[in-house]
Amino acid sequence: MLTGCSGGGGGSDSGNGSELTILIGSSGPAETKAVQDAADTWAADNDAKVKVIAADDLNQQLSQGFAGDDAPDLFYMAWDQFANYAGNGYLDTYAKDLKNAKDFYPSLVDTFTFDGDFVCAPKDFSTLGLIVNTDMWAAAGLTDADVPTDWDSLEAVAKKLTTGDTVGLSFGLEYARLGVFMNQAGGTLVDKDGTKATADSPENLAGLEYVQKLHDEGVLKFPSELDAGWGGEALGAGKAAMVIEGPWIKGIASDYPDTKWAAYELPAGPEGKSTFTFTNCWGIPANSDTRDAAVSLVEYLTSDDQQLAFADAFGVIPSTESAAASYAEKYPDYASFVASNDYAVSPVNFAGSASVVGDFNASLEGMASGNVDLKGILGTFQEQLQAALDEANG
Amino acid sequence: MSRGIRGNEARYGWAFTAPAILIIGVFLVLPILLALWVSFSDWNGLGSPLGNSEFVGGVNYAKVLVDSGLAQRDFGTSIRNNLYYVLLVVPLQTALALFLAVQVNRRMLRGRGFFRTAFYFPSVTSSIAITTIFIFLFTSSGAVNQVLGWLGVNGPNWFADPRGVLHLLLGGLGVDGSGAAAAGGPLGLSWWDWFAGPSVAMCVLIILAIFTTSGTFMLLFLAALQNVGAEIEEAAAVDGAGPFRTFFSVTLPMLKPTLFTVLTLGLIGTWQVFDQIYLTGRGAPAKTLLTPAFLAYDTSFSDLKWGQGAAISFILFGIIVALTLFQRWVLRDRDAGRAGRRREVRAVARLHRDAESVRAAGTAVPEAAASEGRER
Repeated sequence: MLTGCSGGGGGSDSGNGSELTILIGSSGPAETKAVQDAADTWAADNDAKVKVIAADDLNQQLSQGFAGDDAPDLFYMAWDQFANYAGNGYLDTYAKDLKNAKDFYPSLVDTFTFDGDFVCAPKDFSTLGLIVNTDMWAAAGLTDADVPTDWDSLEAVAKKLTTGDTVGLSFGLEYARLGVFMNQAGGTLVDKDGTKATADSPENLAGLEYVQKLHDEGVLKFPSELDAGWGGEALGAGKAAMVIEGPWIKGIASDYPDTKWAAYELPAGPEGKSTFTFTNCWGIPANSDTRDAAVSLVEYLTSDDQQLAFADAFGVIPSTESAAASYAEKYPDYASFVASNDYAVSPVNFAGSASVVGDFNASLEGMASGNVDLKGILGTFQEQLQAALDEANG
Repeated sequence: MSRGIRGNEARYGWAFTAPAILIIGVFLVLPILLALWVSFSDWNGLGSPLGNSEFVGGVNYAKVLVDSGLAQRDFGTSIRNNLYYVLLVVPLQTALALFLAVQVNRRMLRGRGFFRTAFYFPSVTSSIAITTIFIFLFTSSGAVNQVLGWLGVNGPNWFADPRGVLHLLLGGLGVDGSGAAAAGGPLGLSWWDWFAGPSVAMCVLIILAIFTTSGTFMLLFLAALQNVGAEIEEAAAVDGAGPFRTFFSVTLPMLKPTLFTVLTLGLIGTWQVFDQIYLTGRGAPAKTLLTPAFLAYDTSFSDLKWGQGAAISFILFGIIVALTLFQRWVLRDRDAGRAGRRREVRAVARLHRDAESVRAAGTAVPEAAASEGRER
């Protein structure tokens, strides 16, 4: 993968004949091609060669690469694995020196900051919104004025949209969805200093209880109860009239071309608006021979023009504020996702948090069958989160 | 020290076995030793474990076995899940394989070739393909629930149902997880959790495993059955044994070596179940499909705790070896035991006595000797 003529000593704007490999977790051929095209354009200007590989299982291929001293020169780094990688010293801390370091959304910079340093450049982001099946919306006699703005109106429209075959609302039974309700109720998982877990707060309980209430009333069903793999499938197949998903919802167009939808900001909870933002960054391995070339490539790939080209090709939202603004103008259907990034937070994310959140997700699964001790679940979550925090903070 | 006529044989022996030793050494023994080192080290997955890690003693083992926390609870959960899986799959698949082998071994059966192929077929199909088909069959509106619907049964949402079967049974009897059952058991799980039984989702995987592997083991039993000569069964029939008596007292004991093989292979295979877990949602629902083999993978590749993952693998290795030895002990040849030897001595003495009395009493006596024998 690395050739003898790779130039580590070159200037940061030049590839100097390097051969780079990019490992991406691609959503499909359109994304792979767009990344390859962009990389080729950069390579032509910088006397380099770039090969884009779409991973089958990004996590596994990455960790295998690192273990074999054969990591890709540039790769997609998901937010939920970022802290594990950074904590283990896998990543080069290059982003703070980028020319466009100041242009990124602060919430995204925050996600990819480890030990006070901005490690890697976010490549795009997605926020959660309320996606509505517009035909069902109209059929139920609802208008734009009825778009829910708080928990009560969400419950009301969910009731109206629930019919014999269709449930009003659906979203995945996991922290990445239920967490927004916990946050809207004013809850957090970790305090501001990042030293104390606050999972078992009454606010978090209120968020979960609201979800439980909707489920008990039969106006909310989880995708697995609807024979759907995820919320988008439930929406597309007409099994749910509203779902909570991100801009990736556009992917249902190929399977369900007849489903028309509109995206809105999530309704606010008792303590105001909140949603999650998910993002990936461009990871560069620590001690890489091709670091300078890779940094130059990242600068090119995260430039506003190139990010807007990616947005056109496979629909991701640019990670810089200026490019995201042009994106929102160009694609008004997706404007609500951009708007909600102003108050969006990243899901909890520190080294070791992934397995604790995974355990929380597992215990949440009892909510589908109804008999679940929410307080007990949060209690266990609190204990494990605190233990993981203590370990992460040393 | 004369080398003799066979002096060069050792050298040729080594030469011929060298390729095998080299391949096994490089691809099996060395990696295992390296993994053993990783399980005792703080290797973080960067570069080769040699030179990039330090010896930390039993910390990784302690994390999953002793220190209470998420790692220990996950390990306990995975052991529980896998234990129920093994307890149900191994006996059932062995019994089914034996039953099928006996059926297709019958000379009277028409279309034996067809049945042999049909029963063996699931074994040669990739487990990924079969698992995928099972996922479709067992969705909440899938074929299985449709059939159950005709019978008036409202089937569960199989692969999304984390409820333990024993919990459901106990719940029906009015027993719940309070009181003594809530007390903490080993590995961070309460006794109530330990007695959850396999989850509904796990039951599907148990059915799947029995369905796919019994064909392979049928083949092993079939080969063994064909070594049992017809004359032995005839002899048993002449002695007045019925078909059941013949099977359990004559045929089955002769299959004992094969039975040991089948049980051992079954035990190893079931403790290492991985691909079905990977495909059905990585331990979901609610971690009731988590198995040690998958947990080792996930701990290493997702959480980047390579030492801990390797430690889980070696604990799993220990469990498999211990259970295989235990099973060997259970299936050992009992005739060689002390009671067996005593019985043998008594029987020989009796024969001698009878022969003695026959010789002493001449022709009229066999009658008496026979009656004496009967009294005994």
